[in-house]
Amino acid sequence: MKLTLRVWRQKNADEPGAMSTYQVDDISQDMSFLEMLDTLNEELTLKGEDPVAFDHDCREGICGACSLVINGDAHGPERTTTCQLHMRSFSDGDTIDIEPWRASAFPVIKDLVVDRTAFDRVIQSGGYISAPTGTAPEAHATPVPKPDADYAFENAECIGCGACVAACPNGSAMLFTAAKVSHLNVLPQGAPERESRVLDMVATMDAEGFGGCTLAGECATACPKGIPLFSITNMNKEWLRATRKSGKR
Amino acid sequence: MADTDYTRYTTGEPVTDTKAPAGPVNERWDTRRFEAKLVNPANRRKHTVIVVGTGLAGGSAGATLAEQGYHVVQFCFQDSPRRAHSVAAQGGINAAKNYRNDGDSVHRLFYDTVKGGDFRARESNVHRLAQISVEIIDQCVAQGVPFAREYGGLLDNRSFGGVQVSRTFYARGQTGQQLLLGAYQALSRQIGAGTIEMHHRTEMLDLVVVDGKARGIVARDLVTGRIDTYFADAVVLATGGYGNVFYLSTNAMNSNATAIWRAHRKGAYFANPCFTQIHPTCIPRTGDHQSKLTLMSESLRNDGRIWVPKAKGDQRPPDQIPEDERDYYLERIYPSFGNLVPRDIASRAAKNVCDEGRGVGPGGQGVYLDFAEAIERMGRKTVEAKYGNLFDMYQRITDEDPYQVPMRIYPAVHYTMGGLWVDYDLQTTIPGLFAIGEANFSDHGANRLGASALMQGLADGYFVLPSTINDYLARNPHTEDVSADHPAVQETVADTQDRLNLLLSVDGDRTPDSFHREIGELMWEYCGMARTEDGLRTALARIPEIREEFWRRIKVPGTGEEFNQSLERANRVVDYLELAELMCLDALHRAESCGGHFRVESQTPDGEAARRDEEFSYAAAWEFGGTGEAPVLHKEDLVFEYVHPTQRSYA
Repeated sequence: MKLTLRVWRQKNADEPGAMSTYQVDDISQDMSFLEMLDTLNEELTLKGEDPVAFDHDCREGICGACSLVINGDAHGPERTTTCQLHMRSFSDGDTIDIEPWRASAFPVIKDLVVDRTAFDRVIQSGGYISAPTGTAPEAHATPVPKPDADYAFENAECIGCGACVAACPNGSAMLFTAAKVSHLNVLPQGAPERESRVLDMVATMDAEGFGGCTLAGECATACPKGIPLFSITNMNKEWLRATRKSGKR
Repeated sequence: MADTDYTRYTTGEPVTDTKAPAGPVNERWDTRRFEAKLVNPANRRKHTVIVVGTGLAGGSAGATLAEQGYHVVQFCFQDSPRRAHSVAAQGGINAAKNYRNDGDSVHRLFYDTVKGGDFRARESNVHRLAQISVEIIDQCVAQGVPFAREYGGLLDNRSFGGVQVSRTFYARGQTGQQLLLGAYQALSRQIGAGTIEMHHRTEMLDLVVVDGKARGIVARDLVTGRIDTYFADAVVLATGGYGNVFYLSTNAMNSNATAIWRAHRKGAYFANPCFTQIHPTCIPRTGDHQSKLTLMSESLRNDGRIWVPKAKGDQRPPDQIPEDERDYYLERIYPSFGNLVPRDIASRAAKNVCDEGRGVGPGGQGVYLDFAEAIERMGRKTVEAKYGNLFDMYQRITDEDPYQVPMRIYPAVHYTMGGLWVDYDLQTTIPGLFAIGEANFSDHGANRLGASALMQGLADGYFVLPSTINDYLARNPHTEDVSADHPAVQETVADTQDRLNLLLSVDGDRTPDSFHREIGELMWEYCGMARTEDGLRTALARIPEIREEFWRRIKVPGTGEEFNQSLERANRVVDYLELAELMCLDALHRAESCGGHFRVESQTPDGEAARRDEEFSYAAAWEFGGTGEAPVLHKEDLVFEYVHPTQRSYA
């Protein structure tokens, strides 16, 4: 395959960026999208040009590092991570636009690399169960109904890639935050911190500059792990419940 | 082929594990914990501990040390601690809970692990691991890890290779992700509380040793390129294994050996570097563009059946090969374990049938993993529930539907059992430097059993290190701060700067990846699934040549004062080019087969690995001698009091 790539190049956070155009030849259908970019970077390096910077690590769709907007879609045309997208999803002669995640809470570091540490700070504010090592009771002391365990797992699958934020017209992190709230709040182990968790995480999410939610649903469409849109409804319910309870105190 | 300067190594004093207590094996961990000195809770915050890496071992260690009151300074090169490569572990985590009432016990897990490691691990360590396994599950459940459960609300288990009980806890095919998120959340809680100072996108490039003790690290901020020093009372390396020396492996692209190799250069012995695990169930490579290999969880072998055609060069599609013309070779050769033999045995068997010309798929480098029977027996829905995400991943990568067509699999480099030599306290030969998780060598011998890596990483991080590091800190009280103008610090920083500057200034005509591929192909050819004296000597002759060429022809664009991924990669390749040499030498010197280390010269009449216990029942701990110069071998004799070494039999 021969392709024309239009790639966002930006030297660092302080300088303006722009799209640059590159041609790549000899692209195999079996290549992953990132292997296609590897090919481009090998050529650029040999020409003495700066290769395109992009985040990637496991290349198995689980670490959540890769983060490209491809032809306007977070992670591209298939519902998967960028690293699991293969060139068979494109045709010979295509022009492909490649941009970083676009959100005010995710500033660009270089080219296609963005700063997603806001997600870490949302988790630090309450996305955990306080269980210091050594304090745990026997694992079978508290059975968890299978539907609850499955619901927790479904939400725990989030890989923290940020596609939900990139896809959202408001740059909202509601799906990300809702996934963690839903995972932990449904479990009996998560019950003691149920209210503080949702209140603190939502407050941090807002303070980090993520936008509000208008239930556009783009997040759940872009999510490579299929976190359901309903999790946002669940978080809103948890938040209202917590607000009411804490207001009574 | 003749000896080279490098192969003329000398044998030094034996190395002994002075921390391992004597007495009955099941009491040793209690004994050690009682004998270890403690640090008064009020004094702990005066001690700084550096933890490098945030995978299962590092994440759990950092969180636990901070909970205990230590001041923790932690590093990861990823943009978030949640992305450490433990996240990709699929299958599960072992624990001797005996919830299935199927005859499991701490002693059986201990026995299985010593045997599975082909009698090249320490009994004391392995027994401790088996004891701690049960606490890990309790800890993870308390953190909200959503393990698979049954309808009654209790935890589910499955079986894994090399054992005959069901002791593996799992969260669909994403167990590593869920356990890592548990550790990451515990870590995040401490970061939020201000007890951990977290440096993300920061890569350790060297170790600071002052007056013989580990006192800090040199690290590069990957965003600004700034090189800084960080000081502490003890340093913990939780930086994972070195499988990426092979270029193609199931490791993440950025997993690397720099931290442990730099520690080795500074005096930490490197043990059993040739013990690498080739995992039997990976997706075969498709072409030269391949950047990594993808593992399919070993749990698939519970229900999938492995086969190749009986006839050589049979090109028919699998559905047109009748049952009696298929060879279910693992079930045939190993009737009692069948498809669930340990990884080393399954991988070698796959290589053998492919070498016979019976491999399938492009280039004949593959065998079938067939679920047709499982789908018929359990129904597609049950298979989907158990393995759905793995089937989806396979389909995305290969564009084939494994519900319709058998998967094709082939072995790939997956895990390294070798690593920094540590004593029972997980301390290296440099006082104050600890190594945990895959970065150390201690528990898996010559072959790791499935679902044991997660167990070891969490055992080390949650339970072992937090108990043993106290002893070191109590005996080596904080006296004076290390300052950045100490000559040892300045020398280490200058070395690091010089190395990066040299990489940037050569301006040659080859990329870092081209050298990485070259060394990787050489290692796969000569230090992979089958190793011979001639092959290893060929590799040992070639490696110094590649190294020389590297420093003549490497090209790294850009500068050191910016985000520069080419520079990161090139610097890692520098260390692979030295580590590869030690791996080959270790493989050459160990003229026996054991576990994942198969020397063609040492096999049983049936073609199984033949150990030579009289000569090689030891861990080989190597002391660095200089780049390209012969290292010194220190042997640690292995003593087996409880599990008598026998020829492993899975037939």
